[in-house]
Amino acid sequence: MAYKLNVNGRSATVDASPDTPLLWVLRDVLNLHGTKYGCGIGQCGACTVQLGGRAVRSCQTPVSAVGNAAVLTVEGLSTDGTHPVQIAWQEIDVPQCGYCQAGQMMSAAALLARTPKPTDKDIDSAMNGNLCRCGTYLRIRQAIHKAAELATSASARTVQTAQNGSR
Amino acid sequence: MAINRRSFLKVSAAGGGGLLLGLYTQPKASAQGRGGPAPAPPDPHVYVKINRDNTVTIMAKNPEVGQGVKTMLPMLIAEELDVDWKSVKIEQTDFDDTKYATQFAGGSLATPQNWVPMRQVGAAGRALMIKAAAQTWTVPESECSTSAGKVLHKASNRSLTYGELADKAWAMPMPDLKTLKFKDPAEYTIIGKPQRQRELPAIVKGEPIFGIDVTVPGMLFAVYQKCPVFGGKVANANLDEIKQMPGVRQAFVIDRPDITEPVLPNDPGLESGIAILADTWWQAQSARKKLQVTWNEGPRANDSQSSAVFAQRAQELSTQKPHKTIRADGDAEANLGSAAKVVEAAYSYPFISHAPLEPQNCTAHVKDGKCEIWTNSQIPQGGRGLVAKALEVPERDVTLHMVRGGGGFGRRLTNDYMVEAAYIAKTAGVPVKLLWAREDDMTHDYYRPGGFQFLKAGVDGSGKVVAWRNHFVSYGSFDAQKGDVRFANAAAMGPTEFPQRFVPNYALHTSVMELGIRTGALRAPSSNAFAFVIQSFIDELAHAAGKDPVQFRLDLLAAGGPAPQAAPGPFAAPGLNAERMKGVVQLVAEKSDWGKGDLPKGRAKGVAFHFSHQGYFAEVAEVSVDAAKKVKVHKVWVAADVGSQIINPSGAENIVQGAIIDGMSELMHQEITVEKGRVVETNYNQHGMVRMAQAPPEIEVHFLKTDNPPTGLGEPSLPPILPAVANAIFTASGTRVRSLPISKSGFSWA
Ligand code: FES
Ligand code: FES
Repeated sequence: MAYKLNVNGRSATVDASPDTPLLWVLRDVLNLHGTKYGCGIGQCGACTVQLGGRAVRSCQTPVSAVGNAAVLTVEGLSTDGTHPVQIAWQEIDVPQCGYCQAGQMMSAAALLARTPKPTDKDIDSAMNGNLCRCGTYLRIRQAIHKAAELATSASARTVQTAQNGSR
Repeated sequence: MAINRRSFLKVSAAGGGGLLLGLYTQPKASAQGRGGPAPAPPDPHVYVKINRDNTVTIMAKNPEVGQGVKTMLPMLIAEELDVDWKSVKIEQTDFDDTKYATQFAGGSLATPQNWVPMRQVGAAGRALMIKAAAQTWTVPESECSTSAGKVLHKASNRSLTYGELADKAWAMPMPDLKTLKFKDPAEYTIIGKPQRQRELPAIVKGEPIFGIDVTVPGMLFAVYQKCPVFGGKVANANLDEIKQMPGVRQAFVIDRPDITEPVLPNDPGLESGIAILADTWWQAQSARKKLQVTWNEGPRANDSQSSAVFAQRAQELSTQKPHKTIRADGDAEANLGSAAKVVEAAYSYPFISHAPLEPQNCTAHVKDGKCEIWTNSQIPQGGRGLVAKALEVPERDVTLHMVRGGGGFGRRLTNDYMVEAAYIAKTAGVPVKLLWAREDDMTHDYYRPGGFQFLKAGVDGSGKVVAWRNHFVSYGSFDAQKGDVRFANAAAMGPTEFPQRFVPNYALHTSVMELGIRTGALRAPSSNAFAFVIQSFIDELAHAAGKDPVQFRLDLLAAGGPAPQAAPGPFAAPGLNAERMKGVVQLVAEKSDWGKGDLPKGRAKGVAFHFSHQGYFAEVAEVSVDAAKKVKVHKVWVAADVGSQIINPSGAENIVQGAIIDGMSELMHQEITVEKGRVVETNYNQHGMVRMAQAPPEIEVHFLKTDNPPTGLGEPSLPPILPAVANAIFTASGTRVRSLPISKSGFSWA
């Protein structure tokens, strides 16, 4: 079946069986490898992308269910690594292996878009679906607070505008 | 420094357990002595490229699986080369044992193995730069100094950049390594400063840097279905039907000889199974779900190969004469009889899976008898050997590109997925990316071995531990005739396990059960389970003696005398140094305000320490437990002594905090159950880990710097957290948990 998708602001037509998870369309058809496979059953969050601004598990999202909703992957967060979560993740030196971090950042970016100044509780609940096997949670939390700060500070405002534009 | 690659490989072949450290005890098995190639010397020509624009490219030789080594090793070179860290670019090498020594990730060995040679690389490079500048200016070398990638001649106010000097310097003969002088640590500008991982920009942009991301033109995606029981073979399968499935290009059976040894080899190589190759991975995986296979499951598919039977059998063995006595100091039995107080307890812990977040994968291309491989193996050398053997090609015809791994934890110390990819690619005649589903990974791991420890100890009237007896029931094979025991991989306990030497009457016995699943090294092998048992039991003794758990431990440590001499050799590892351990126990007590202030009811602190991989760690956890057995770890304090220098404080703190959380996952969530030779749990819903809300909000990490060579911390930081939390649970709730995971005793996270 042919599906017309809107991925990172671009339209792409892909040929895949209807039950193919969006994860594998992104990775193996569109060559967008930033989104990761960890469990395939909605447990780990490595495959998290945004669908219409909401964080979803792409391993649990069949391509047939995507429709016109805008798909945003880590590659679409910014063109140059300057989305506030990307800057904060680097400043805090969050990753160990890094494998979970695209999913973590996609959940965090969705949270910040909704809740620009999240509390620790907000963070706990928004990030509950994202496992980090290396245990970088303390730094992830710190980086989300940092990104919230960056997003409201003058230096990042232009970045943020560009982001909103690209969505 | 001669780094002995042959001996380290031998060690890995002997398999996990504390045996990764076997390296230390086999220093004389020299490669040269056996006619092998000479170990690659530390040579700046190999590791450093000075670019025209004055940037410096430094080669990172070790596998990066999240431990930060790709940043850390180049830091050592850059420091002694004396260049600006900002001017450094880092490149990952291929695997090449003619150029690089010990390309290996395990045993927390990167620091002790490389601390000297990588700094020698830098210092030799710097010496060559000075030599070249001195010749250019015809001044004595002693008048020249360096700073941030330049040689300076202060007397004449001249300077030359390394870029300008490189051609000349690199053509000069290598200086004698023995004449090199290292920097005074007070002058460090790179080492000891928090450096961010160099791959951060690629990680945050989602660039394809992991093994799973490798793409080779024309490749097919493969899945490999093995029998749920180790060694099982395909009797028949509906391959004709599978080949008709959408996207499927090839499907075939691989049939391998039986493995009949009673103890499974550490890395047995290619196993029998069915390969399905398709245009996309999802197509291959979807076709696999339609597979109908009749397996010949073989001898390991029997009722005795079940967790419940193992537990029952261990209980029986504990009451019988042990298969073997590993150690007997003094007379434990007599002193147990005369001790003022005797405590007896049975501890157990299950098999668990490594489950790194990136499932096993490997990309391979075999063409004209040569094999090219992209791998995130922690021990590529072992994989190359397996591949060469399976493909019947010489090792030199196997090229290994090293790719970032999404976690390792010891899983990638076995190369089963590498040899599968290579063999499938050869059979298929096209490049192949093999990717295991999570279910493959969890049911075909090399599990942390479970075990049972039946302990009895006695304290005298003053609270001194006078006798200790452990009947350790593990896995392996028992030769009744010779009275000899061969342990399964990573399932051994050595004759110096703590508190040996700290208790005058110490007996360690063992009995074993035959095991049909594979076991291997998981982060802090053996220690990750032993620390829980030993430090919990010591807590029981402290309470029985009416002593404070910290003071009781300090008293115990005072009873051991000086550490025994290390065996000679470059990586000779000394035994537990009681003074160093006392240092971290005291530090963690101080930092956590141990014994000060009252905590509310249901809230308490627990303490534990453990020595492994040359690292000294003591940890305190503050924990609350409510009536419904909901547990919250509020804060953890870590005190560590890993020598004189923390190379990268940012990475070090991250790894230690991660180890605490990793250990908490083992404590609460993880158990692999065996039934009739097959593993029951298939995914993270059954073998979980700590999530963000459950992690302690604060983990304080304190390093006690001592005048000892720097050693690793990825592994030794983990073991104490399990007993620290378990001991706190006891004090907070009165319940002593002696079996892992504690969820089976009704506990869960708050
Ligand atoms: S891969 Fe989708 S949640 Fe784990
Ligand atoms: S950084 Fe390794 S899984 Fe999160």
